[in-house]
Amino acid sequence: MTYTEGELKKDLENKEYEFGFVTDIESEKAPNGINEDIVRFISDKKNEPDWLLDYRLKAFKIWSNMIEPEWAHVKYEKPKFQDISYYSAPKQKKELASLDEVDPELRKTMDKLGISMEEQKRLSGVAVDFVMDSVSVATSFKEKLGELGIIFCSFSEAVQNHPELVKKYMGSVVPTTDNFYAALNAAVFSDGSFCYIPKGVTCPMELSTYFRINDSGTGQFERTLVVADKGSYVSYLEGCTAPQRDENQLHAAVVELIALDDAEIKYSTVQNWYPGDKQGKGGVFNFVTKRGLCHERSKISWTQVETGSAVTWKYPSCILKGDNAVGEFYSVAVTNNHQQADTGTKMIHIGKNTKSTIISKGISAGFSQNSYRGLVRIGKGADKARNFSQCDSLLMTDRCGAHTFPYIECENSSAQIEHEATTSKIGEDQIFYCLQRGISEEKAISLIVNGYAKEVLNKLPMEFAVEAQKLLEISLEGSVG
Amino acid sequence: MNKNIINIKGLKCKIEGKEILKGIDLQINKGEIHAIMGPNGSGKSTLSSVLAGKDEYEVTSGSVDYMGEDLLELSPEERSWEGVFLAFQYPVEIPGVSNVNFLRTALNERNKHKGSDPLSAKDFLSMVKEKSTLVGLDNKLKNRAVNEGFSGGEKKRNEIFQMAMLEPTLSILDETDSGLDIDALRIVANGVNQLKSNENATLVITHYQRLLDYIVPDFVHVLYDGKIVRTGGKELALELEQKGYDWIKEELAV
Repeated sequence: MTYTEGELKKDLENKEYEFGFVTDIESEKAPNGINEDIVRFISDKKNEPDWLLDYRLKAFKIWSNMIEPEWAHVKYEKPKFQDISYYSAPKQKKELASLDEVDPELRKTMDKLGISMEEQKRLSGVAVDFVMDSVSVATSFKEKLGELGIIFCSFSEAVQNHPELVKKYMGSVVPTTDNFYAALNAAVFSDGSFCYIPKGVTCPMELSTYFRINDSGTGQFERTLVVADKGSYVSYLEGCTAPQRDENQLHAAVVELIALDDAEIKYSTVQNWYPGDKQGKGGVFNFVTKRGLCHERSKISWTQVETGSAVTWKYPSCILKGDNAVGEFYSVAVTNNHQQADTGTKMIHIGKNTKSTIISKGISAGFSQNSYRGLVRIGKGADKARNFSQCDSLLMTDRCGAHTFPYIECENSSAQIEHEATTSKIGEDQIFYCLQRGISEEKAISLIVNGYAKEVLNKLPMEFAVEAQKLLEISLEGSVG
Repeated sequence: MNKNIINIKGLKCKIEGKEILKGIDLQINKGEIHAIMGPNGSGKSTLSSVLAGKDEYEVTSGSVDYMGEDLLELSPEERSWEGVFLAFQYPVEIPGVSNVNFLRTALNERNKHKGSDPLSAKDFLSMVKEKSTLVGLDNKLKNRAVNEGFSGGEKKRNEIFQMAMLEPTLSILDETDSGLDIDALRIVANGVNQLKSNENATLVITHYQRLLDYIVPDFVHVLYDGKIVRTGGKELALELEQKGYDWIKEELAV
């Protein structure tokens, strides 16, 4: 059975946006605005080596000359970059000896979000890194992972303790010149998660990062770097929430995955940033660059459940560089009220016999706009490359929109590319059938939508799948019309 | 003790301005099986939809008393919780939702509204086992998505399985025999007969007499042009089978 009734009941009682609370802790914040001094300030705060400061300053220069992209099928008032604070850290004693020393207010936040580190430790065996506003607050399970040679820590720690790894891989998949928001991130990123799995090691537990924007007037710019060395395996989870605020908050993250020969990375996201209110006021701008590089016979699998954010702009991609590499993208994107999402993937086939699969399920409700944008590129040398894409859209009302923008570029005639797309409106007949069996409309919609998205939800690790199902239900409350 | 399950009086209804039911009177008591027969377009399926609460039909006059309650005031899901079941003529597919998950949700929703505890997984599964045996539902269908890729016969059998699981007080079978071969018909009818008790009642809506060979009705009503024009015992069905519907039309014209 998929979920328990009691849990659902509880959730439906707080269905509006249950993570909309603000944690009252002191934070250390940079003055608003962005310039070279701010970049230096952040770097200095983090006690960074010179090479990283140079990297940031170069990125800042590049960003300053870039223009914000407008090709996405979304409309929003552009963020005022000089009104944002680029660094905000919960104030607390440095160097925590144990989790018991974490600020009690902060611990309360974690509990509310269901990230009780102790619990996690004991029960589910998920290692968690918790990033609040810009700073990684706590990482659990470090020692146990350390025994296997796995490095799982905040990005800042990695810079201090494993500079050679960071230097080697950071920016190798998403260069600073890549796009406007990636460049901005490279200049002002404050923290994030870092993970390295050594050769031949299968990571024995799910690694998880929890991101939360807490402070008002701040942007969150985190970086995640996951390196899976030859023949290793890791499953990585990412969750996000933010308080309810009237203003738009900017989240511009960069995620880079590197799968060396024969390695496999499974990266799952449940994105639940505050979506704004019913009139479309407030909410997070989620402008994220996620990309993975696959070496020979390696595999990267992206799974995302996107329910939050006012505007989403996100294309987790795979560069299939090595022969026989495999890329996968499984996505459920839900938009309700006035949310807008332009999301999809890029599968870049370079190596021979590379394979990619894209399954995208869009669900639009209210007045929202939901777009799938995907690129499948088969390079000259990608003999016998194969791609299968399936893009389905489900419309809940007659005022919302679903759009599909598939791009295919093929330079190799031995490639095989398949694309399937469907658009359907949730059936009144289906709902009546459920009603007649005593299933209320809300529940009926949840059943139908979960059934529709099942192929993707099945790809999520257990704990996440349950959370994602509930999230879908909550996001679509009262949405049929 | 009130033996009455449903009492329909002078029921009239419209869809898109067109009157379909023109004054139906029908009373069904506990333990009874009623059959409604009639030519195409006489309003048979409309009647079942109105009783189930489909909202595109507008009831313009008349009343429906169900177990002492005004049925027309209840929402479709409330009717279901109170024991009204409709076996659909065209059961709907719900991709990705397994049959058992669907039924468990249905039962739990009802229990929730009735203030009783949800069924434990164990009780639920033993109920599934018992009821699927009763209606001869293939084991593999239980875990498949609701009606997805089912044959016509499998869909109808699945309707009867759902009926068995929900244990309704009033079951309405809307053209359950359409699209069934003789073996499937026998299995479906056998399921319905197994579920019959002194506490429930069944309304069988059909175009053909042959289903009534297996589900023997206590009363047969002929619906024509939105009205019940004749009521009799099971022999009326046989008469219709022999003579067709034309003789009734002719009699009415006179």
